[in-house]
Amino acid sequence: MPTVHFTDAEGAVRDVQGNAGDSVMETAVRNGVPGIVAECGGSLSCATCHVFVREDCLSQLPAMEDMEDEMLYGTAVDREDNSRLSCQLRLTDEFELFVTTPETQV
Amino acid sequence: MGTNAVEQAAPAAAAEDATPSGTPARTGLLIIGASQSGVQLAVSLRALGFDEHITLLGDEDHRPYQRPALSKEFLQGTVESESLIFRSNEYWADHNVDLIKGEYIVKIDKEADGSGVAHSSSGGQFPFKRLALTVGARARKLEIEGGDLDGVLYLRNADDALALKARVGDAHDVVVIGGGFIGLEAASSLQKMGKNVTVLEFGPRLVGRAVGEETAEYFLQAHRARGLDIRLATSAKRFTANDTPADGHRTVSGVELQDGTVLPAQIVLIGIGVIPNTQLAEQLGLAVDNGIVVDRFALASDGTTVAIGDCANMPNPVPGSAPGERIRLESVNNAIEHAKVAAYSLTGRREEYAGIPWFWSNQADLKLQIAGLCNGYDQTVLRRDAERGKFSVLYYRQGRIIAADCVNAPLDFMAVKNALAKGQNIPAEAAADPATPLKTITTDS
Repeated sequence: MPTVHFTDAEGAVRDVQGNAGDSVMETAVRNGVPGIVAECGGSLSCATCHVFVREDCLSQLPAMEDMEDEMLYGTAVDREDNSRLSCQLRLTDEFELFVTTPETQV
Repeated sequence: MGTNAVEQAAPAAAAEDATPSGTPARTGLLIIGASQSGVQLAVSLRALGFDEHITLLGDEDHRPYQRPALSKEFLQGTVESESLIFRSNEYWADHNVDLIKGEYIVKIDKEADGSGVAHSSSGGQFPFKRLALTVGARARKLEIEGGDLDGVLYLRNADDALALKARVGDAHDVVVIGGGFIGLEAASSLQKMGKNVTVLEFGPRLVGRAVGEETAEYFLQAHRARGLDIRLATSAKRFTANDTPADGHRTVSGVELQDGTVLPAQIVLIGIGVIPNTQLAEQLGLAVDNGIVVDRFALASDGTTVAIGDCANMPNPVPGSAPGERIRLESVNNAIEHAKVAAYSLTGRREEYAGIPWFWSNQADLKLQIAGLCNGYDQTVLRRDAERGKFSVLYYRQGRIIAADCVNAPLDFMAVKNALAKGQNIPAEAAADPATPLKTITTDS
């Protein structure tokens, strides 16, 4: 099963299993992972599902589109090179992703 | 939606805790309205360590779901219904929240201490120690001839969306009544699905007062350029019907305009605004005035019941608002932020509304994001990058930025939202050049 490992800003880890096709954001929200807010429900309008992706996981992710790139400039905690909006990341079979959630999303 | 339905808790869940007299024990919090704000209230309370039992009760036969996609991705079939579900069943179970579906509360008995019993139309009784009303709003009905025909639809909840989806396959022509966000979002979706769509707007421009004139005009031109037939200052006189079939269900065939023109329509979708649900509040004797009147801490006039989200009329939370100015906001962002205020209230803390109201509306490839409230503006600055399809209107009052409408311009939206949140300004003169990032000209005073 696809698995996402969420580490919060304090270092606490939450492993969540999800379904292929769902987004990382949905998987987090449905299971109540606190570091993901996702006010807009995944329509790329709010930038409150910001995650930092572990470097070795970046290559398995789809390339970033312009809108995500621009939205990332408005995140509550400043973006880094490994920043993504988790609503844009879809789980696939055999997917294992390690992300860190920022200290705050709003 | 409706699949994998959570098992409904027995309405008389508290019966085993009954007092000797047979009255159910009045424990825990009852949240009426399994809505965005109801869900957020439960979630925020648990995050704050609220340890009493929570009952989250809704009148729909669905688990709590997100509404925004109903007019867009869900209608177009690009997301599954399961994706709209807020939280897994396990989440609610793990957090001691009883989810109750399909119960419509018709009457509430409440004591001065805030406790009471809510009664549903099916005879269920739901006792509580504290009460939260997250009852939202309902679609305003268009009461004209033919309004009850099959195929005359509204779009407020999941059943509405399912009814629309069920008819859309056979329809060729759709008339959307109302050029507001819902009407335009649905019209764009239906157009994308290959329907011949006409939008009728009663007023002189689109989107009413939610945006300024420049933004309304931009959307009018942009939609028309994309082939949407939009008719301003136009209203329906009546809906025409096909001949009565054997089963007696008459179906809409068209919309007759005031000038006698008849537009063919196998679907009429009406989106002319909402009315806050205040019936229960009125029955409880709470102050009601365009919504349930609440104070800065989301408390209704009895001092114990909280009311939040679309149904609540609250002091305007925007910094710099005139004293006593009140507002009722219909948005996801408000449902969430107001729920947080209520969660603090219910746990004995006094925290005022934080954050700047913001809104979004996705229509075809037009992505509108609004930061702040533009009421009372005295100056606008337009930023337009036609080549990249970006368009923003910045609103000013006495030289200070108060809001922005941004189309496909998330950098502008984010810059304004962040500036407003920090009490900063973006001087109008410098903002006029669309090549200048707003973030770089934001000032602290």
